[in-house]
Order: sequence, then C-alpha cells, then structure tokens
Amino acid sequence: MRRVSAPARSRTDLLLELADDELVLGWRNSEWTGIAPFLEEDVAFSSIAQNEIGHARALYELVARELGTDADAVAFDRPPEEYRSAPLVELRRLEWALTIARHWLYETADAVRLEALQASDDAELAGIAAKMAREEAYHRIHADMWRDRLLASDEGRPRLEEALEELWPYALGVLDDDLRPELVRRVEEKLGRAMPDAEPVSRGQHEAELAELLEEMTMVRRSAPAGARW
Amino acid sequence: MSAADNACVESTQAGLADEVWRALAEIPDPEIPVISIVDLGVVKDVRIEDGTVLVEFTPTFMGCPALESMKAQMEDAIRALGAEPEVVVVLDDSWSTDRISPAGREKLRAAGFAPPAPRSAGTPTLIQLERGPFRCPWCGSTDTRLDNVFGPTPCRSLRYCNACRQPFEQFKTI
Repeated sequence: MRRVSAPARSRTDLLLELADDELVLGWRNSEWTGIAPFLEEDVAFSSIAQNEIGHARALYELVARELGTDADAVAFDRPPEEYRSAPLVELRRLEWALTIARHWLYETADAVRLEALQASDDAELAGIAAKMAREEAYHRIHADMWRDRLLASDEGRPRLEEALEELWPYALGVLDDDLRPELVRRVEEKLGRAMPDAEPVSRGQHEAELAELLEEMTMVRRSAPAGARW
Repeated sequence: MSAADNACVESTQAGLADEVWRALAEIPDPEIPVISIVDLGVVKDVRIEDGTVLVEFTPTFMGCPALESMKAQMEDAIRALGAEPEVVVVLDDSWSTDRISPAGREKLRAAGFAPPAPRSAGTPTLIQLERGPFRCPWCGSTDTRLDNVFGPTPCRSLRYCNACRQPFEQFKTI
C-alpha cells in the first residue's frame, strides 16, 4: 500500500485536511435537508451529513488534544484562510446533477485516501480511518446508485457529464499527487471514458463560499458568551 | 500486603466489575430502547484501576448524537454504585454489528428491526443490498426490497416486504 506522502505537512495539518473536508461537506450536504427532490433524499443527505460531521468531530478531538484546546474551538474559531478543506467541498451548488457529481467524485477520492490511511504506521489514525471507511461504504453505495441512475436517463446523462467536467479539476485537488492517479483510474473505469488533463484546484486556495458558510454556521457560537453550554 | 489481602482486593475488584456490568446492562440504547448498551456491544471493557472504574466505550456510528447521553448514563450508573467512573471513548474499528449479542439480536427482531448481516458477508455493495436475502422481521420472508440505504438513524436502512407488504428497518452491517 502507498502511504499518504506529505513532505512538509505535520500530523495536525493532515488531520485538519480530513476534518475540514468532512465538516464543510457535511454542512453542504445538510443544505438539502427539507428541500431534496424527494423524501428519501432528504433522509439520505441528512444522514450522510451527520456521518461526515461525526467524522470531523472525532478528528478535531485528536487535533485539539495535540494543540491543548477543545474540538469546538478547532472546528469553529479559525479564520476561513486557515481551513485546509479542498475547494471541491466548499462550492455551494444547490443543483442536483452537480450535487451528485460532487458526491460521487468526493466519495471516490475519499475511499482512495482512507485506504492509504488505513495502512498508515500511525495506529490511532489508521484505526479512525478504518472506522470511517465502514460508514463511507454506504455513502459510496448511495453515490454510485445516483451516478448510475442519472447516467441511465436521457436527461440525466448530459447533465451529470457536464457537472463532472466542471468539477473534475476540483476533484483532483482533494488528493495528494501520489494518490491522484488511482482516482483517475477509478473514475475513468466507471465512466468508460478518459477524463481530461486538468490543473487540480488544490487546497490552500478557497472558494468565496467558504467564508459565507463559516459566517453563517458560527454565528450563534460567536454571539454566545464564552463558556455557554448547549 | 499479604497474599491473603491481595486476593481479597482482587476479589472485591472483580465483584465491583461484575456489579458495573450488571448496572450497565440496565441502560437502554437511547435510540432503540428495546436493547441495552451491553447487548449492543458498545461496552468494550470494564476495569478497576486505582479505585476508578474505567469503561472502554466504542460508539456505533461516529456521528451518533446519543454518544454524550450514553456516556453520562454510564457515569451516573457507576456513581450510584459508590465508585468513581472514567469512560474512555475508543475510536477504532473494534465495534462491529457482530458485537450485538444473540439476545440483543432477538430483541431487535421482536421490535421489528431486522438484525444486521455478519461482517464476514463482506463489505456491503449496492447489488448485495438489492439482491441479498434480507429477511422481514414481521413474517420471515426474504422477498424484500431496498427502499432507502438511509433511514431514521445512520445505523438503519429502509426495506419493504413484498410478502406481508410491511416496511421495516434493517440494521446496517458495520
């Protein structure tokens, strides 16, 4: 198995990448709660959001222990530019084909990443990755089902293909250089065609939507007195 | 301490650990109260260390909102025995639906939840969920279909029984 290679990256930064991806995508997925095309999808996207935010919580706990603070402070009290999330998860597109395209691309990339992390020599990280992978398997089933469902319809196919083209450079930006070829392989295998060469939209740059999202999602916390309990 | 004293301490500790297990077995799962947290298999270990009751607790799903409530109930139950609790949350792959006890599986079935398939059946796939022989907890038929991979909580899927025409909840294999 390959390792996630991280030349100039600390364990904390690696954990934050994972945690921030899961938190931000969890928030994005939860935006469908109540307004998805039908009730089953309200339930599905809400459950997926809950799982992703649960993963983020566990990872933030590890970071907080390293930094001597608490998980909420790590999750909510950083300025947007300090988040390490991939731009793919930050985009706000309440459009179904783009949602399914992001869902499938992210879950496919995440599977590659979690497989590598499970082979890590960091036992704690490998253990958490293994537990996450059990839950992510159901996200992947859901994403694969929707990919196939859209590809099977005359209206769905071109819309999903167009969404995949648009998001492809973002999807490449989720993974490190050494893991990226595996993502390309899996996506091309499923679609039965070659994906274009594209410059990855990588971590470190942020979509404007991230700042708006954080502003909204930390509003209550910022307005509450320090030490408030919920 | 003499050997006799040591033996006495050990037996008292074993007695306390047994009492703790019995007390924890009285705590219902907050979301599916027909089974206890011990039946659910989330209590991995109970040890007495320096007078403290150390409980290793392995949550089911990482985003389980009942986690804090389960932890608080365990701490209360241990304090009620006059001991000091320390509940450690273990986040690795050691909890599995295979850890649900046989008694727990029966209680689930009786309450209309189909118990999970064993982990050895392999990583779940859509084809397996759609075509696998999942048994209706109401009538026992395997003529059932997948309605939704997700359900009222992350640990359950929704299925429908074509034989008795009842929906039911299927525990996911984790």
